[in-house]
Amino acid sequence: MPKWFSPTAILCGLMFVVSPVLIARSPDESAMGMVYKIYYYHMPSAWMFLLAPLVCGVSSALFLARGRAEDDRRAWAAAELTVLFGALTLITGPLWARRAWGTWWVWDARLTSSLVGWMIGWAYLILRRYGGPGSDKLAAGVALFGAVNVPFIFISVNYWRTIHPPTTVVPRLPVSMGVPLWFCVTAFLLLFILLMTMRLRLEVARTRLDALYVALDE
Amino acid sequence: MLRSMSSCLTFVRRVLVVAAALLILAGSAPALAQSQPPQPQDEFKPVGNNPAPEQIPAAPLLIGAYIVVLGGLFFYVLSLSRRLGAVQQDVQRLEGELKRRGRG
Repeated sequence: MPKWFSPTAILCGLMFVVSPVLIARSPDESAMGMVYKIYYYHMPSAWMFLLAPLVCGVSSALFLARGRAEDDRRAWAAAELTVLFGALTLITGPLWARRAWGTWWVWDARLTSSLVGWMIGWAYLILRRYGGPGSDKLAAGVALFGAVNVPFIFISVNYWRTIHPPTTVVPRLPVSMGVPLWFCVTAFLLLFILLMTMRLRLEVARTRLDALYVALDE
Repeated sequence: MLRSMSSCLTFVRRVLVVAAALLILAGSAPALAQSQPPQPQDEFKPVGNNPAPEQIPAAPLLIGAYIVVLGGLFFYVLSLSRRLGAVQQDVQRLEGELKRRGRG
């Protein structure tokens, strides 16, 4: 692992230990009450869920253009994180919505496009696992759709009728709510970088393993 | 006389129809308003001194959400570490085998 990995992992771990304290000390929201505090983990998960398909899509585009294996490996790692953070977002969202909206789910543009984005992540992974030879390029094509879906997910709350809060709530947050939120966003971003690094290392090790098997057969 | 009576009746009938339509609309307005989805919150504000009573308890949902996130991340890191460890072990084993064959 790179030199910065261990100190960053310790810092990230400490931030995840401290974050519940900051969240507990932050005020409840006037309309939603205590359940609003799900937001401190839901929103950073959702942002990583938007970041991962972008990384996957850009890496896939580079892989299709240049054909380099490292771009393909980065795309595969990011697709796995799309599914992970997508699952966290799509589970914590309904838990929040149940109390805030009185329903677990609504088929509005934000929730539906998020679900589609998550399924595109799954489609990428299933293609890579069971697609056979040539699935790397096929999956890269799928990843492009996943990346194109990201801006749609982001702006959907501002353009379509929905009960999901718009993106403008974040800059308007008072300091007492903004500090824990940005602290959690930083923790999740560090975690994302650490998980990407670990997942990339796994792909590099797998490539080395395949090369060793070939060398032993010869 | 008869013509004027008939036109008067037509006018009264029209007024009644319009009044009935207005009454129906007025009666259905609350139902229509209820069928509209609630408006989204465009701002989050800290709670004041008198928090509203909770209809659906928030604590189980809040605790559930944090367990899902922290548990999910923990199991993913665990799974990734195991996969990485297993592949690295295989790499070391095959590298050793290749070295032995090279010597032999």
